[in-house]
Amino acid sequence: MNTTIMLFLVQDGITNGAIYALLGLALVLVFAVTRVILIPQGEFVTYGALTYASLAAGQMPGTAKLALALGIGAFAFDLFAARKALHGRLILRSVLTNIVLPGIVLALTVYFAAQKPPVAICIVLSLVIVAMIGLYLYRVAFQPLAHTSVLVLLIASVGVHLALQGLGLLFFGAEGQRGPAVLSGSFTAGALRFTGQSITVYGITIAFIVGLWLFFGLTLYGKALRATAVNRLGARLAGIRTTLSGQIAFLLASVIGALSGIMIVPITTLYYDSGFLIGLKGFVAAIIGGLVSYPLTAVAALFVGIVEAFSSFYASNYKEVIVFMLLIPVLLLRSLAAPAVEEEKD
Amino acid sequence: MQSRLPILLFALVMAAIPFVPGMPPFWIVLLDNIGLAALVAMGLVLLTGVGGLTSFGQAAFVGFGAYTTAVLSTSYGLSPWLTLPLSLVVSGSLAVLLGLVTVRLSGHYLPLGTLAWGLGLFYLFSKLEFLGRNDGISAIPPLSIGAYKMLSPGSIYYAIWVAVILSALLTMNLLDSRTGRAIRALRRGHVAAEAFGVHTPRAKLLVFIHAAVLAGLSGWLYAHLQRAVNPTPFGAQAGIEYLFIAVVGGAGYVWGGVLGAAIVVVLKEVLQSYLPLLLPGSGQVETIVFGIMLVALLQLAPGGVWPWLMSFLPERTGGRKPDTSLKLEQRTRAPGEASVLLQVEKARKQFGGVIAVNNVSFDVQAREIVALIGPNGAGKSTTFNLITGVLSATSGSISVLGKKLDNAPPQEIVKLGISRTFQHVKLVPDMTVLENVAIGAHLRGHSGPIASMLRLDRADEAKLLAEAARQIERVGLADQMHQLAGSLSLGQQRIVEIARALCVDPMLLLLDEPAAGLRHMEKQQLARLLRDLRDGGMSVLLVEHDMGFVMNLADRIVVLDFGTKIAEGTPATIKTNPEVIKAYLGVAA
Repeated sequence: MNTTIMLFLVQDGITNGAIYALLGLALVLVFAVTRVILIPQGEFVTYGALTYASLAAGQMPGTAKLALALGIGAFAFDLFAARKALHGRLILRSVLTNIVLPGIVLALTVYFAAQKPPVAICIVLSLVIVAMIGLYLYRVAFQPLAHTSVLVLLIASVGVHLALQGLGLLFFGAEGQRGPAVLSGSFTAGALRFTGQSITVYGITIAFIVGLWLFFGLTLYGKALRATAVNRLGARLAGIRTTLSGQIAFLLASVIGALSGIMIVPITTLYYDSGFLIGLKGFVAAIIGGLVSYPLTAVAALFVGIVEAFSSFYASNYKEVIVFMLLIPVLLLRSLAAPAVEEEKD
Repeated sequence: MQSRLPILLFALVMAAIPFVPGMPPFWIVLLDNIGLAALVAMGLVLLTGVGGLTSFGQAAFVGFGAYTTAVLSTSYGLSPWLTLPLSLVVSGSLAVLLGLVTVRLSGHYLPLGTLAWGLGLFYLFSKLEFLGRNDGISAIPPLSIGAYKMLSPGSIYYAIWVAVILSALLTMNLLDSRTGRAIRALRRGHVAAEAFGVHTPRAKLLVFIHAAVLAGLSGWLYAHLQRAVNPTPFGAQAGIEYLFIAVVGGAGYVWGGVLGAAIVVVLKEVLQSYLPLLLPGSGQVETIVFGIMLVALLQLAPGGVWPWLMSFLPERTGGRKPDTSLKLEQRTRAPGEASVLLQVEKARKQFGGVIAVNNVSFDVQAREIVALIGPNGAGKSTTFNLITGVLSATSGSISVLGKKLDNAPPQEIVKLGISRTFQHVKLVPDMTVLENVAIGAHLRGHSGPIASMLRLDRADEAKLLAEAARQIERVGLADQMHQLAGSLSLGQQRIVEIARALCVDPMLLLLDEPAAGLRHMEKQQLARLLRDLRDGGMSVLLVEHDMGFVMNLADRIVVLDFGTKIAEGTPATIKTNPEVIKAYLGVAA
């Protein structure tokens, strides 16, 4: 092999790895706060990507309607949960966040979709739409199950994944789509060519890692989220609204997912079901990071990306086998280093 | 679990179904599919619901079973009946390999780990040349008996359902046995189980293999039903679906797996055939509805459908009382008076910079009750954990009857005749008191899993249960014997723990705050019991905060404060020791 190919593979791996890192971070975040292993993370990616691509192509994405429908559902759940103590302010707040907001976004989407909007508007709209889907999804599917075991949450997560994937086919069809580059142009450094897109990917990933780090280290909400992650009951007793923590976690996860999607879709053609596999590679990174450590997850994700790039070059048939089997030695190491005493859980 | 009648009825109904006139052949196909899914789900019930090990990878084991028979019966022309044991062996031995890596993982690593190798294996199936890559293998010979070939779904129906019912029986037998109790204790963490000699990694591996073999069996049947295999039904989606089946049915119940399979298979079929009529022209509507129904079902019945159905049946009261005339072998005790039973010498435990136990030395003589007291955080429970091998000492030595323990694991320590209770009760709440206590006698039984499945363990089992019943009567809980442990008051649960510890036939009993949560009368009963045990030749080391209880009971008291021994002596001298008073009450400035 020559150096150019190797450098090229490393670069490719880092670009993909950066995306896996973002997804891994989101998975860690959601798991830590809500104990949900977020399998639908991949759908956030495809929804973000395909909404962006559809808008850019001047088509109306179905996701905007889904956001409104889920919002109405969330509103119904809010009403039902508060049926014993309904008061005006509560209803008003619920109507505003769950119905008026997605309603406005839907109207904007309809308006802009008709006239091939500029890239910036496409990005903002797709981010907002997917963010709302994530938020309402938590309210409708996971908040009522917040007290149950990790296993039940996991199965529910699978259910959501299936439903969202089916809806994805409905909204975007079986055809793959590509979107316009977020940042066009490119420059070369030595043998390597850097596109604006790949620079965007690096920039956004770094910005997010630093942002999350600051958010959790310095802000009160970040600390509340961490407290919820460590001890749900304790956090509630300290006056933290654990449902709010869950909502924030899902909001962040869906934004991260959508953003990753928007960054990939100019590079690779995405299909309605591509998200699952992309999300799973984020998983691999998250597991290597132990589902708790952000920096370790980021490093692991880069590693996964590079391994993938090299194995697709040398043994493209076995690319997926290699990436997923990568976990076995990691798990082995982790299990050897596992702490001896484990308190019981229910 | 004693009653075989409902199972017999179920078997008869299943046997009669194909003879119902006008039965649409398609229904038989559905029943075949239900049976195949039920086999896998049953393994998951044991693995996930009972053992607490979540696996997304079961579909891969179905694949191993199916591909083994596919390759051997097409390329090598082996008879399907010959490939059956081979399919099971392949699934089972790959389960050993994967299990050795995976089952040691705790918590959420395990499901994710299984998901990962499930996916990896799926891609392997679809890439390997000799497995036919994505096209798979076709023209697999049908099962046949003599000249009779099971070509139609109706003919293989019996093979499938005989497999299901037999597997259910074997699985239920396994759960209702010595090994089964060890498996059922896994979900509540391994500290308690290991304290009674259960080798938890081995028990986990066992259920893992059991589940994999059932999945392999399902795969073998699948290959001969479809007479072709390709990678699709062995992917991650299928693995997720099997888990889903188990959870929907009720993950803790063998028949929940069968019920779950029926619900999911029928539901999918109905959705696939009727939804397009309602909403024509749209693609994957059944997946959407399926996903939504799944979430809704979990919100309505998170425990699954089977326990929900069972709650409508009248509660079965009580089981049979074991025949307490049966005796287990007793430990041979060293004769003689007042020898040193337990010797703790300069035991030290550091957690990072914290010294939890600081060079503590004391001993326990034969036929003696020694109390370990001290304020909260004095290191009493840590000392217990050092003695019982839950924690390993940083330095110092602990010996039993002159033999050094050298940080032996809990399973070895209990063999020496040291048994314990826990400060935070560690019982399995959904097992009866009798079953919980019988875990204590784990090491005194010998039947393995195979014997248990085939019910060859009954003589052994009867003795274990008799011993458990005897100890329950001894501690005065005979009336609660068949209640679920979780339904007892906390004080009673502590007493159950004592009965469980007594089942070890110990020389030394370690009790961590046994009187906490007991009423006055119950404390007196407990004190009387402990004196009886001492007079019968047992030694007791206890941690307790109730000073009245300790002072009246203990022969000798050891006082710890901040990890250091500050006093030792008879109750009378301890009461007046200024150091002790200072530790408990502080000192006037």
